[in-house]
Amino acid sequence: MTSGGPPAVPRRRASRVSWRALGIALVSTIVVLGALILVVTNAPGWPEFKQEFLNGPIFWSSLPGIVAAFWKNILLFMIAEALILPLGLVIAVMRGLPGPVFFPVRGLATIYVDVFRALPSVLVIYVLGFGIPGLGLPGVPNDLFIWGIVALTLIYSAYVSEVYRAGIDSVHPSQDAAARSLGLSRFQSLRHVIVPQAVRRVTPPLLNDFIGLQKDTVLVSFIGVVEIFRTAQIKQQATFNFTPYLGVALVFIVVTIPLARFTDWLIARDKRRASAGGTR
Amino acid sequence: MTEALRIEGLHKSFGPLEVLRGIDLDVAEHEVVCLIGASGSGKSTLLRCINLLEPIDSGRIFVEGEEITAEGVHLDRLRRRIGIVFQSYNLFPHMSVLDNVTLGPRKALKTTRAQADAEATELLARFGLADKRDEAPDRLSGGQQQRVAIVRALAMKPDLLLLDEVTSALDPELVAEVLNVIRELAASGMTMLIATHEMGFARDIADRVCFLDAGTIVEQGPPDQILSDPREARTRQFLQRIIEAGRL
Repeated sequence: MTSGGPPAVPRRRASRVSWRALGIALVSTIVVLGALILVVTNAPGWPEFKQEFLNGPIFWSSLPGIVAAFWKNILLFMIAEALILPLGLVIAVMRGLPGPVFFPVRGLATIYVDVFRALPSVLVIYVLGFGIPGLGLPGVPNDLFIWGIVALTLIYSAYVSEVYRAGIDSVHPSQDAAARSLGLSRFQSLRHVIVPQAVRRVTPPLLNDFIGLQKDTVLVSFIGVVEIFRTAQIKQQATFNFTPYLGVALVFIVVTIPLARFTDWLIARDKRRASAGGTR
Repeated sequence: MTEALRIEGLHKSFGPLEVLRGIDLDVAEHEVVCLIGASGSGKSTLLRCINLLEPIDSGRIFVEGEEITAEGVHLDRLRRRIGIVFQSYNLFPHMSVLDNVTLGPRKALKTTRAQADAEATELLARFGLADKRDEAPDRLSGGQQQRVAIVRALAMKPDLLLLDEVTSALDPELVAEVLNVIRELAASGMTMLIATHEMGFARDIADRVCFLDAGTIVEQGPPDQILSDPREARTRQFLQRIIEAGRL
């Protein structure tokens, strides 16, 4: 920072600078984007590319079917999320149980989280979707949609449990001491004092994982569930044109961006609260 | 006549550090005992051990004649009889003042919400906090938060109240309001064990003062004798430093 001048001057200068900064940003954006568009549209394969990926008539004719198929994805992530949130919490609590008595519980929960975070999601979906119905066990459902939900739930509960665990660890031990000193049991202290504070703190990262889950619902298409991605694939194979995927991309962008902004808003609100209020 | 609290040969170490080296202490019903001593002398650890927030290494603790350090004691039930107020208040930030106060009665004592609310409202009013009932704790001043913490402990109707340097985190101008609450409790006959740095307050309120140093009770007696005419050299040294700091 340069020094000198009465206090009013730098202020005026600052506002003039910000107008200049805006102008520079605008011009440089136009230049960069313009150059990019120029390079791409002048590429030797551009006409074919336009025909293959940006085909207007095919886009509009395939869009309704794609949007309709998206309901399947919505159903997938809504059901999965409803299972993941409680399951992740239970696993996080299991991993936090102290003492030698709970060693097996802690151990099992740790192995579960390690394994399902290590495995590629597609692999889990394949094994559950093809493997378990293939066993032919009586009473076990063969519906691939169900196994898709089970796979997503198992994968994401591992991640979500780690988010919860970070939240639980972030609550100061003095909170537990205060609760226990009132005669609350370990479970009551968790239920009424620790977990509510932990969940509040980790809501933004939980929403982040929720966005990830939304996108990963397309992986269920790999075992043959006809959802948005599989629908686009069918249309692509029928028309020999990739434009239907553009529709899929747009649907995900439209759904995800509001959630991402909402997450940002939550984080900003928590920051404001933390700086306005007390420490804990 | 049984004591409200009886401690025999209490030892407690954190790793290689022996914090309490054989504490013996009796507190009679309705008695107010102040623990004084430098930071690290073991005052806070002693209070946390009495509430069994810290497991003890050896020794025995009795509350109203019942050994609480015996095998198979129901810890949660026991803690309901002993209230503790911490230096840093430790209010639950996600609950209103009222819910902070009623959580213990509702969950540990299974009091109905209506009754717990009524009792808490009355207690809050008694300590000048009626209008803060529905506030969030972080909207309150430090002194108000600490008073709420005291009310929260009182809502469990404890036999014994432990106060752990409850004014140490407060701005000087907020200390008096908290000390006045404790004075009122003493006047109403509450049995209290108070760790404090406020020597003037200890002289005022205590029936007995215990000076702790390096994990033992070096000297105890009536406040005037301990604070004005201590027998032990270590007590004299400690009080000399307090006087030099302008706190007595």
